[in-house]
Amino acid sequence: MEWTIRVGRYNPEAQNMAGDVGPPYPPPYEAAPTKVYQTFTVDLPEHAVVLDALIDIREYQDETLVVRCACRSAICGSCAMWINGHANLACKSKLKDFTKDGVTTVESPPSMPVIRDLVCDMNPFWEKMRKVSPWLENKQPVPQGEEYRVPNASMENLIQEVACIACGACLMDCESFAINPDFTGPAALARAYRYADDPRDARSKERLEEYSGPDGIWDCTHCFECVQRCPKGVAPLDQILKLRHMAVDAGFTNNPGTRHADAFAESVRGSGRLNELTLLPKSLGLFNIAAQLKTLPSAFNMLRAGKLPPIIHHKIPGLERIKNIFKRVGGRFQ
Amino acid sequence: MKTMPQKSAMKVAFWPGCVSKGACPELYASTQKIAEALGLDLHELTSAPCTGAGVLSEQNPKLARSLNGLTLAMAERENADLMTICSTCQGVLSQVNHELTHRPELLAETNSVLAENGYEYRGTTKVKHLLWILVEDIGLEKIASLVKRRLTGLKVAPFYGCYILRPEEYLGLKERPERSTYLEQLISLIGAEPVEYHGKSKCCGFPMLTFNRDVSLKMGGKHIVEAKQKGADLLVTPCPLCHLNLDGQQPDAARAMQQPIGVPIFHLPQLLGLAFGYSPEELRLNRHVVGTDGVLAKVELKV
Repeated sequence: MEWTIRVGRYNPEAQNMAGDVGPPYPPPYEAAPTKVYQTFTVDLPEHAVVLDALIDIREYQDETLVVRCACRSAICGSCAMWINGHANLACKSKLKDFTKDGVTTVESPPSMPVIRDLVCDMNPFWEKMRKVSPWLENKQPVPQGEEYRVPNASMENLIQEVACIACGACLMDCESFAINPDFTGPAALARAYRYADDPRDARSKERLEEYSGPDGIWDCTHCFECVQRCPKGVAPLDQILKLRHMAVDAGFTNNPGTRHADAFAESVRGSGRLNELTLLPKSLGLFNIAAQLKTLPSAFNMLRAGKLPPIIHHKIPGLERIKNIFKRVGGRFQ
Repeated sequence: MKTMPQKSAMKVAFWPGCVSKGACPELYASTQKIAEALGLDLHELTSAPCTGAGVLSEQNPKLARSLNGLTLAMAERENADLMTICSTCQGVLSQVNHELTHRPELLAETNSVLAENGYEYRGTTKVKHLLWILVEDIGLEKIASLVKRRLTGLKVAPFYGCYILRPEEYLGLKERPERSTYLEQLISLIGAEPVEYHGKSKCCGFPMLTFNRDVSLKMGGKHIVEAKQKGADLLVTPCPLCHLNLDGQQPDAARAMQQPIGVPIFHLPQLLGLAFGYSPEELRLNRHVVGTDGVLAKVELKV
């Protein structure tokens, strides 16, 4: 079968780029200064994957094409790249699923620095991993002559993250990372959860405090892109939400995230509905004057457009039911 | 509040969400208008609670299951599909419904809470966003027959909002991948031209607005600017939370991006309503932060 592959090429020497590594770039992505698209046709069977096509091109058409890969079996995590505008493992993506209007477009993800062709610089990814101290700090020395034993049940929550192959697909498509390069990111925070919730770890509380700080768990925008992108079912967002829950339980509540959840719950418990008028100021912290002032222009714009929510926030009929539910299962929000 | 049911009316249990009753009243008004034209018989669930928008789910999943289980049970009692007009409501209700229909122990736990309040959920409710109902239940043919004013020459960029697309398994996109193209289909159907751009399936930044305002504004701003660069006259969204960030915060986003933006954001029913011949005032297109006059002039209409 014939397949058409459009490859985003970058060669720092030929393209006269000042530095060796092409920087991340904003949309429109087709106009990236570090990219020239080249189209190839390959003859491969129906079950072929994108990586087969790239290797075929390198072996038989253009030996200068640079692609990073190793296991070809979705184990090593080397070949994550942008395929049709989303991060995927090239070895796991079938050409027949990705051919769109007769073409599959393959390129280095624009959120990462590019070294050459399809190879992006993974240093930002590893820096984030290092930042969360991804190792166990034992509570007590490992018992002499035997293993450090934990109940099976305490490991069940951690198994999902252990499947991570550190391919970086989640970070490549992370919305928060694309805007704020310092955001710790989905893979590293998921890994952070794996240690914070390990019963053997001595630093769980310190970890939670660290992760609750700037660029940590509250800087995730909750867009589910990482859940969608992960080729191993790690669902990084789910792990980040577990960390948020743990951090609040551990008392790290002096942050907009917790105030937001509290104000949200208070509004729903009190009226059945969300009161947008009080939610924003309460989330920012009523005495956080600087942050409150920043929201004034947009509040004024909304007011002028007649878009501010009604000053009198109506309660829904049957509010007793909602109050009952909060009493019964509201936990911290009772 | 019921609209006049027409011939072959389709009855739905209608959950308008908090925002269409709060900061985006124009969404509620325009939904009522197009429902009338489409013969959608809206049975509004006036005593259903807020979905928690994912905020309550993350801190207390059991609470979120109970609150949304109540809404699902109310729709079940109406014996109709549950219609949402908000991607976020759709996402939360879809997730809870998936949990309750796939994990009997969670359904039993939720029902033990609902029982005290006179409700029981049997797991039969289907949760559908208006966008899905338009294409899957009403059908493009019927919608085409209602178009009185083709919006020829208008370039419209779709903006889906995260929670109507992801995670795929809760939102039926595995079975129906075409759900990620419905906005484009509708835009073409009414004579306008859909704009293809990367940001259409990305995040508007709203969930971060209170946590990290600058990042939130730049996130939304980036997508509007991209659509504008690709020639979009306006964006259309099925999510009022996206609307709050993309329209309500757009002047601030422009400041954060250090460039003018000025691209109007339409709610889905406003765009369709315009094609169905309703006036901009009826659709409350004059109640936006980013003015719509320029776009309306293009289709020879003035507010």
